[in-house]
Amino acid sequence: MSKRIIEQKAENLIFELSDNNRLSSSLAPDIDVSAVCQNLPESVLRKQKIELPQVAELQVVRHYTRLSQKNFSIDTHFYPLGSCTMKYNPRACNTLAQLPGLAGRHPMAHASMSQGVMSCMFDLQNMLVEATGMKQVSLTPMAGAQGEFAGVAMIRAYHDNNNDTQRCEIIVPDAAHGTNPATAVMCGYKVKEIPTNGQGDIDIEALEKIIGPQTAGIMLTNPSTLGVFERKIKIIADMIHKAGGLLYYDGANLNAILGKVKPGDMGFDVIHMNLHKTFSTPHGGGGPGAGPVGVSERLQPFLPVPMVAYDGKTYSWITEKELPLSIGHLSAWMGNISILLRAYIYALLLGRDGMERVADYATLNANYLLKRLSDAGFEIAFPERRASHEFILTLRKEARQHGTNAMDFAKRLLDYGYHAPTTYFPLLVPECFLIEPTETESCNDLDAFVDTMSKIREEAEQTPNLLKDAPFELPVRRLDDVKAARELDLNYYYKDNK
Amino acid sequence: MPYIPHTPDEVKHMLSVIGVNSIDELFDEIPQELRSHLANNSLNTIPVGQSEMAVQRLLTERAMQDGTPMCFAGGGAYEHHIPAAVWEITTRGEFYSSYTPYQAEASQGTLQVVYEFQSMIAGMTGMDVSNASLYDGASGLAEAVLMSVRANRKAKSKRILMPKNVSPVYRQVVETIVKNQGITLELIDFDSTSGTINSDQLKEQAGSFAALIIPQPNYFGHFEAVHELTDWAHEQGGLVIALVNPIALALLEAPGNWGETGADITVGEGQPLGIPLSSGGAYIGFIGCKQKLVRQLPGRIVGRTIDLDGKTGFTLTLQAREQHIRRSKATSNICTNQGLMATAATLYMSFLGADGLQKVAASCVANTQKLISGLEDVAGVEFPFGKKVFHEFVISLDVNIDAVLEALAEEDIVGGINVSADSGKNLLLICVTETKTEDELTFFADTLSRVLSHLRNIELTTDGGAQS
Amino acid sequence: MTDIPQDLKYTKSHEWVRVEDDGSITIGITDHAQGLLGDMVFVELPDIGDEYEAEQDCAVIESVKAASDIYCPIEGEVIAINEELEDAPEQINVNAYHEGWLFRIQPLKENDFDALMSPEDYAELVESESH
Repeated sequence: MSKRIIEQKAENLIFELSDNNRLSSSLAPDIDVSAVCQNLPESVLRKQKIELPQVAELQVVRHYTRLSQKNFSIDTHFYPLGSCTMKYNPRACNTLAQLPGLAGRHPMAHASMSQGVMSCMFDLQNMLVEATGMKQVSLTPMAGAQGEFAGVAMIRAYHDNNNDTQRCEIIVPDAAHGTNPATAVMCGYKVKEIPTNGQGDIDIEALEKIIGPQTAGIMLTNPSTLGVFERKIKIIADMIHKAGGLLYYDGANLNAILGKVKPGDMGFDVIHMNLHKTFSTPHGGGGPGAGPVGVSERLQPFLPVPMVAYDGKTYSWITEKELPLSIGHLSAWMGNISILLRAYIYALLLGRDGMERVADYATLNANYLLKRLSDAGFEIAFPERRASHEFILTLRKEARQHGTNAMDFAKRLLDYGYHAPTTYFPLLVPECFLIEPTETESCNDLDAFVDTMSKIREEAEQTPNLLKDAPFELPVRRLDDVKAARELDLNYYYKDNK
Repeated sequence: MPYIPHTPDEVKHMLSVIGVNSIDELFDEIPQELRSHLANNSLNTIPVGQSEMAVQRLLTERAMQDGTPMCFAGGGAYEHHIPAAVWEITTRGEFYSSYTPYQAEASQGTLQVVYEFQSMIAGMTGMDVSNASLYDGASGLAEAVLMSVRANRKAKSKRILMPKNVSPVYRQVVETIVKNQGITLELIDFDSTSGTINSDQLKEQAGSFAALIIPQPNYFGHFEAVHELTDWAHEQGGLVIALVNPIALALLEAPGNWGETGADITVGEGQPLGIPLSSGGAYIGFIGCKQKLVRQLPGRIVGRTIDLDGKTGFTLTLQAREQHIRRSKATSNICTNQGLMATAATLYMSFLGADGLQKVAASCVANTQKLISGLEDVAGVEFPFGKKVFHEFVISLDVNIDAVLEALAEEDIVGGINVSADSGKNLLLICVTETKTEDELTFFADTLSRVLSHLRNIELTTDGGAQS
Repeated sequence: MTDIPQDLKYTKSHEWVRVEDDGSITIGITDHAQGLLGDMVFVELPDIGDEYEAEQDCAVIESVKAASDIYCPIEGEVIAINEELEDAPEQINVNAYHEGWLFRIQPLKENDFDALMSPEDYAELVESESH
């Protein structure tokens, strides 16, 4: 049985470091609070002081620095995390996006005082138009899911504007990401699922049967979440368009085809992009994202506002005044501008030559890793297909023989310093790992990963408990999810005071 | 090559392992018709890659070209001092480049930060629980509206009472997000002398409703009668959604204590808690609620639990409601929180503490009152809604507001927000935070005075004084 | 082998139905379903007095892995709910057919139960789904 090398101490909660008698922070202005409060209506004032910890500056710094060290991150670990595109986040993007002239500007500053940032946004709009082959791009959606919402809302606005109100269904492949059906419902649509065939392509016969005058559109990812290119995309596009429906492109995997083929050329009417994937903005432990949308000509009038326009001299905002049929505003201003800036800087650094290399090397790395793992005896879900930028491995043989499932493999990988690949997605493939190495990993790192996978399989044969009880080397071992959900403890103060 | 580590020999080796001759062969499953089309039409208009030095020069130019104006605008985005350590630590690689904490054992840092964030938001708002954050305040309000309709099954109503003294852009965002779900936003007027919710009209218009939104302070910086409004809404069988400013909460009663039983859902913009203005984003929405509504709460939630050895740890919980499991039946399609911003906000609240945050809030109030006094002497300035405010207030002027803002921009001042709307008056919303010095406040009052008389003279000389 | 009592009727969506002596019917989820869902963490039941049509969703059960809707097997009015599940949802895992019952309805029409499945048919369904 492996033992933990260094017993890792739990870090106290910040609240446990607090003492209410500690002098208040020098970071706040010096002022007599009660004197100020005398001039405010008593009925709206607090009766009890706000509940926040009272901790000195160094102790706060140390607490959160220590907490950061309990994380895996791209800067410290390899993340072969399929569909999530965990690649290097260049530091220049962060440093430059925080320049005071950009970070300090108020959103309501007059357009004449925001020309610098507006020019960056205008350039980014155009770069994304070129990269996707769409007609126009709006940057405002604040994450992929909001971009999806905007996309489907535009499809609906388009049909409504044509008085084509019988279209009430959105078609979604069974392998799709869960946001697709959730989004369709948010836009007031019914979801029709279609199956995927054994080759990972959409079942055209099944599709034919459910298309009709009630079809508002279809949501597709290409390459699909199965890590293969949908070869019949043109046929599908023609079928949907003929029926009067529109095609939605989920840009989750745009990085796989950047510079190779454009969604606009495949016949898509609307797409969203996840800039944290294709344009390497930070994941930040779960956000913020940025989910710009691009559209073909017929959806242009419905784009979410604001956008940036340029008349050759000055930049101005496009609002609902200029675009009266717009689906409207999705955020108070123009979405996650500080994140959009990072994407813009990344795009400048890469340039068109660098963008084509993204797809080249992401695909090279994926196919190399697939081949190496396959040669090492791991079962590939779609062996006869070319991998895109990611591929699926199934560990059902290992599960059958040793009783170690994909999750056990994933947890053991953590012990070896690898973030686990995406497990159990897509749901169609049993005991699956969805693996995406990205273009920024080196050949040596990929080889080391294959060696580790083989080693873990040996462990599965000889000492399966090393997998079943893993991880051992991390700050905590497997957590009790059932207790977490049954005995909800979501708020330190709730427990103590009520 | 930027960010590609491969040597030519490695590429050759990798291709031979795969069994192909070129990288291009790896794209052979993409139909030729699609590829060839692109060949004639590559990424032409995108410039070639530039060096970091060149990009730094370009970005620095653009960051500096509009100067660093003095800011008196608020309206949902507020200039506050951000302690240096906040972003130093937030952008450590381990926070900045980490993934969503689905693998809990490898994400205890992020997970504990979020648990602390949730606790602080709950502590501040008096709510029982908070989630890990939403995109921003405006979309957060939309989520609160959706949540109230799901939660208030008894009312069986899809009507939301939306006061007009909620930020107009927030109302637009809510409209965009909820309009396809059969929800009606019933607009409630505000009283023209106080700027606060017109309770007579409210009661007249109410009927059956799922929730009443109460902004505190409201868009004009004034205070609502939160206790009376909350109790009234509850008597009618509706829920109460509190829309609040987190800095103001250091002094103002927590929504959890409004009226007899408190607001049911609290939502707001967390940008004032250490997030840079950045032309409007990325910001952070926060949302909290009473325990009994927790299963209707959208987005990620972190819980404290124990590991196999009985040691305390943190994990995402209540995930069964989320889109990746519930698909078309999910509570929302949201799959991110504003992770980095939540980290920054948690750091900000920790550095300031309860005392510090009170002082920031009190300093906002004091500075605002100083400017109000300064403006009392300026000819043509009136205070249509009064002067008892938090850190924003409305003045009415005898000249066109857009012209005033343009003239102030010439003087390198962001002068506020035009809130005239359809009131038939010239109304300007001004915000003052702790960042302003006495000199700056005097400078603003003097400049405004000068601008006003200048504009009045122009109008007199051009068209005899008619307002444009 | 999953437990499929002979004295109950079943639905395609894995609910069981027991016809009580007074003509009311009790509804729960099958042993097979609880096994698939895993540890229950929360149950959201309808209110007494609510009326539902056949196949309308009327309750939600939530495990760590998934939240599932419960469909009302026949048209009726809710007359009782298993309040104990609020604090002890794990009862569904312990005994899906007794302590784990969810709610009871009074059929509103002279219902025929033909749409429901026999134990034999349900066993076949379970068998076919596991392949």
